[in-house]
Amino acid sequence: MTANGKDIRMTLRNLTLAAVAAAAIALPAGMAEATKVKGEVTNFDFSFQGPFGTYDRNQLQRGLQVYHEACSACHGLEYVAFRTLSDRGGPELPEDQMRAFADMYEVWDPEERDWRPAEANDHFPESQFEGAPDLSLMTKARAGFSGPYGLGINQMMKGIGGPEYVASFLLGYTGEDDFQAGALFYENKAYGGWVSMAPVLFDDMIEYADGTPATEEQMALDVAAFLTWTAEPHQNRRKSAGFVGVIFLGVLGSLLYLSNKQLWAPVKRKAKKS
Amino acid sequence: MSGIPHDHYEPTSKGEKWLHRRLPIVGLIYDTIMIPTPKNLNWMWIWGIVLMFCLILQIVTGIVLAMHYTPHVDNAFASVEHIMRNVNGGDMLRYTHQNGAMLFFFAVYLHMARSMYYGSYKAPREITWVIGMLIYLLMMATAFMGYVLPWGQMSFWGATVITGLFGAIPGIGEPLQTWILGGPAVDNAALNRFFSLHYLLPFITLGLVIVHIWAFHTTGNNNPTGVEVRRGSKEEAEKDTLPFWPYFVIKDLFALAVILALFWAVVAFAPNFLGHTDNYIEADPLVTPPEIVPEWYFLPFYAILRAFTSDVWIVIAVNWLSFGIIDATFFGVLAMFGAIFVWALLPWLDTSQVRSGRYRPMFKIWFWIFVANFVVLTWVGAMPAEGIYTTISLIGTTYWFAYFLVILPLLGVLEKPTTPPDSIEQDFNETVKAQSKTGSTGGPAPEQVPAE
Repeated sequence: MTANGKDIRMTLRNLTLAAVAAAAIALPAGMAEATKVKGEVTNFDFSFQGPFGTYDRNQLQRGLQVYHEACSACHGLEYVAFRTLSDRGGPELPEDQMRAFADMYEVWDPEERDWRPAEANDHFPESQFEGAPDLSLMTKARAGFSGPYGLGINQMMKGIGGPEYVASFLLGYTGEDDFQAGALFYENKAYGGWVSMAPVLFDDMIEYADGTPATEEQMALDVAAFLTWTAEPHQNRRKSAGFVGVIFLGVLGSLLYLSNKQLWAPVKRKAKKS
Repeated sequence: MSGIPHDHYEPTSKGEKWLHRRLPIVGLIYDTIMIPTPKNLNWMWIWGIVLMFCLILQIVTGIVLAMHYTPHVDNAFASVEHIMRNVNGGDMLRYTHQNGAMLFFFAVYLHMARSMYYGSYKAPREITWVIGMLIYLLMMATAFMGYVLPWGQMSFWGATVITGLFGAIPGIGEPLQTWILGGPAVDNAALNRFFSLHYLLPFITLGLVIVHIWAFHTTGNNNPTGVEVRRGSKEEAEKDTLPFWPYFVIKDLFALAVILALFWAVVAFAPNFLGHTDNYIEADPLVTPPEIVPEWYFLPFYAILRAFTSDVWIVIAVNWLSFGIIDATFFGVLAMFGAIFVWALLPWLDTSQVRSGRYRPMFKIWFWIFVANFVVLTWVGAMPAEGIYTTISLIGTTYWFAYFLVILPLLGVLEKPTTPPDSIEQDFNETVKAQSKTGSTGGPAPEQVPAE
């Protein structure tokens, strides 16, 4: 690009950004909410909810299978390394199975300048399809529950609702589709509108290794759980650190309370007598 | 250091005398830690220690995070994910730093509310107040730049909007914004300098904190009665005060442990509850999130910024008087910075002779309306700027300015304050007696049989 062309491009970009900034300051009315979901999200139960909740290893393994068979054709998991599939608190695949699993994916090797089968230290590939977002952080990037009136009570009671949104989305197709601007769109209740992604889950489309019946809902919940793990791989450990910390601070606080009481007792006794 | 008479450090051994002649550092530490502190301080006086803890926590976690972070637009988001996944304890470190900023602001607002209620900003503590406001400004700048570093969608667009405020200044705005960003838009140059400044500013804050402490150690602490410590003699001063160590250190540490237990529960069980989901999407200059909302601790000012639309009569009037130079956007920017500026002028806007709000019956009402208004502005700042919400913002903003510029100056003239106690000792003794009467039995107070 010539210097002149670059200048024009920069000016245009500058103008756009200034306009957007001004628009954002004024925040014009009637805009849709971005990651706050406006459709219907079902409040599913997951094993990892609440302070005591942990990931269900078998569910994560089933979810990995669903991702592998139904999602990975389009969606990537660029922040997730294959080796972490064997980590504690995750799907906990045995080392050899994890390597065999990685071997099914191809990654670009910048040194060989060629594609090669993935190894343990490689990450999952990026999204293969232009419009398909990466799923590594999807369950943290969507708020299924919000409000009412910006008070955050729903988030407090039900959680932020990322996994619930993912499962509701996969189950939310109404069966209506529409041809718009040269592409097929599908109506989705959870999204609250038309989406370009086609429904992907159908009863018994896959055969779970552990023999669980592969209903649509089962698959949706399993993959939502798996994607919660990809977004937050150390959740189990974090929660146990929470208990250790709170109990420690509770004991420390009690001791300090008693020390404080003891320390001030003579001062207060004197004040009472005065 | 303090004007209150008290014991000073006397070196006894030979070694101590040797050091003291060359560097009186032990004496400095002794005088600082043994400062005579009013006996009657209540639980609202713990926030200073909490804030000191927050600053150190943020510096320590921040330094470790900086070891693993990459300030480059291509790698910043991925490096944060690297911290969250591969660094040992990295997720706890980052969540602590992220929620630590929120605890910092939560504590600073309560600290300021305490100062406003008990009149801690009044003479001779104006300098302490003004330095505190400077610290608060630095905190806001630091928090804003820190929020940009993960390079998520809200980071990028938040930075675009906030630096756009400088762009709204007539005439010099656009070159100023370009100079701040190091380019025409938020890009690598901006990310780099924000990282650099985000690392620098906490240390300047630390310096100001030392001056803040120095200032109030010179004047002595305020207290809930607002009555000064008697300084006639050491004996007299000792009736009103106790040394900071151990009486207030242990008390403050107890409070800190309780607050940290709650804080740690948030970090471990709901670390993203107060954050934005948009920031887990990598920054994309081509996709604007429809809703750009700052972190909750900026929301009152965000509400003030957005309260003034071009159909508000004062905006129309100012626009006409300034020959169109001051438009609605710039008016909002002026209002936002003005809101902080009038807050800093508090010591000179409050005309009352009585220091503590405890003895000011009318002030109390207006103060609690101010607190409620602050909460309402926080809430309305998160709502879309449309319909009823802009009206609420406008009412809240009006009250904000009215409180500082009209109500406080007038109250000093109109209000009839009640009489504060003669001394801190008297207040302390009465409070302890009242507590032991109601608190110890737990049941109804025993019948008072008058002596024959």
